[in-house]
Amino acid sequence: MKILVFVKRVPDTESKIRISNETGKIIEEGLNFVLNPYDEHAVEEAIRLREAKGGTVTVVSIGTEEAMIILKKCLAMGADKAVLVKDEAPESYDGLRTAKIIARAVEKKFPDHTLLLFGKQSVGADNSQVPSMVAELLGLPQVNVVTKLEMEGNQGVAHREIEGALEKVEFSLPAVISAQKGLNEPRYETLKGIMMAKKKEIPVISFEELELKAEEVASGLEITKMESPPQKQTGKIIEEEPAEAAKKMVEFLHKEAKVI
Amino acid sequence: MILVFIEVREGKIKKFSLEALSEAKRRAEDLKTEVAAVLIGHNVENLASEVFPFGASKVYVLENSLLRNYSAAGYAHALHSLAEEIKPVAILFSASSLGKDFAPRLAAKLGVSVASDCTKTACRDGKLEVSRPIFAGKIFITLTLRSSPQIVTLRPNVFPLMEPGAKEGEMVKKEVVIPEDQVKAQVVEILKEEGAEIDVTEAEIVVSGGRGMKGPENFDLLRELTSLLPQSAVGSSRSAVDAGWIGHQHQVGQTGKTVSPDLYMAIGISGAIQHLAGMSSSKYIVAVNKDREASIFKVADFGIVGDLFQVIPYLKEEVKKVLSE
Repeated sequence: MKILVFVKRVPDTESKIRISNETGKIIEEGLNFVLNPYDEHAVEEAIRLREAKGGTVTVVSIGTEEAMIILKKCLAMGADKAVLVKDEAPESYDGLRTAKIIARAVEKKFPDHTLLLFGKQSVGADNSQVPSMVAELLGLPQVNVVTKLEMEGNQGVAHREIEGALEKVEFSLPAVISAQKGLNEPRYETLKGIMMAKKKEIPVISFEELELKAEEVASGLEITKMESPPQKQTGKIIEEEPAEAAKKMVEFLHKEAKVI
Repeated sequence: MILVFIEVREGKIKKFSLEALSEAKRRAEDLKTEVAAVLIGHNVENLASEVFPFGASKVYVLENSLLRNYSAAGYAHALHSLAEEIKPVAILFSASSLGKDFAPRLAAKLGVSVASDCTKTACRDGKLEVSRPIFAGKIFITLTLRSSPQIVTLRPNVFPLMEPGAKEGEMVKKEVVIPEDQVKAQVVEILKEEGAEIDVTEAEIVVSGGRGMKGPENFDLLRELTSLLPQSAVGSSRSAVDAGWIGHQHQVGQTGKTVSPDLYMAIGISGAIQHLAGMSSSKYIVAVNKDREASIFKVADFGIVGDLFQVIPYLKEEVKKVLSE
């Protein structure tokens, strides 16, 4: 099975995100960038499938040269190959734009790859759009937010998380799957893996090579404002005997907030 | 026309779909247009009348036995045909599990972008202008969509229901033809989670535990509280999930779920930034923590500095008292 995994470089979840007063955009300086946490589960699942069934794992990121660091990490985890599709544009928050680039890259460069794995969303844009859009553009079935995946030849069974339940979904390859936390426990890179990853070359693909025209990679979104949420006023914090404190809290919830 | 997709699960219309319909009605008044609803599935016609009181003057019913269970490709095929025919200016969905799966698939079929998980809508130059959280709510972004139809998903539990109005409207049944080869992924079974009838994203009250719970067995204290409170669910911080005390489906925060219940109770949760991101849009937040300096108190409307194991039993008693009044 030839597997493609799509990965994104994002600020880690402990980051405090600030907006520049001058540009109105996110201040990237000082942020710690990592492999998107959900993508880690996707990479892990791909490696496990290859270990069990054979095949190859190729990791692809769309972005600037700075994404090389997460591609190296994926190689160190055990991916066979990594490729960067170079995109110098700033974050557009437009899932369709990314999906178009990915769909074209698959058609042009990886037409024989049958399993397309993603994280269920990137932490940051929080769109949860790209996997479904890629599936549509390529005419493939999709199973998103997957916590269990079993493959037998070209047939697969996945558990998809929905509100308070799981959907058991049957599908056949080629297909798009997006990973949710709980799918697996991502491995750490080994020292040997890191050394091997250092030696591997990461090819860079340009938009020209993919014959992507400017209008195809234009953003469909017009951003009018970016801002931090208003600071919440601090409420009432009390330090009293448990019985008294509990009484006051419930009184607040009942009489003031009227939520109980 | 603004078209609103109405989600049906187990034969019932989801409340968040009526929220989306109500919001569509408010915007339609600004844009001087009508609101229509669309139901997709098998044997859903009988639900049509339920949408009229919430602002829809028309309801489209797209039925086919192949649509009995949800499939993104099948649903997108059905709604795509309708959208091409009636050319709505916007199509609204709820940002539920199904909506987040379906809306982008339809959008890609129509060749348009999507604004996901919006928490505010307005009108600007005859178009929708929406605001949505990014970085799980650390930042809010306001945007318009360049192409038509504008596809927007709305976060559940944020938009108020309108006062129910008209009881009647027009129903339009559409014959849908779904080529069998369109549906290549099939839901074959729904596996219910034990003791989790209400998901944290749908609950009106979320009682969450963190590292301060000290162990999996102590989450029973929170379950005792939620068993008293209607429409409530147990949530957790990431550290409790990573420690294996509770399943990841309960996790609230940046790598878990984003919730906006009427009441969020943070018990033994320090309030790491990635946790605050997932719950700070809750209408009311209360916290119990023994560390006075804990960040959770910065977002709490009411906080108790104290030992949760001493406070919770009293909280339970007080809640019982209030509920029996």
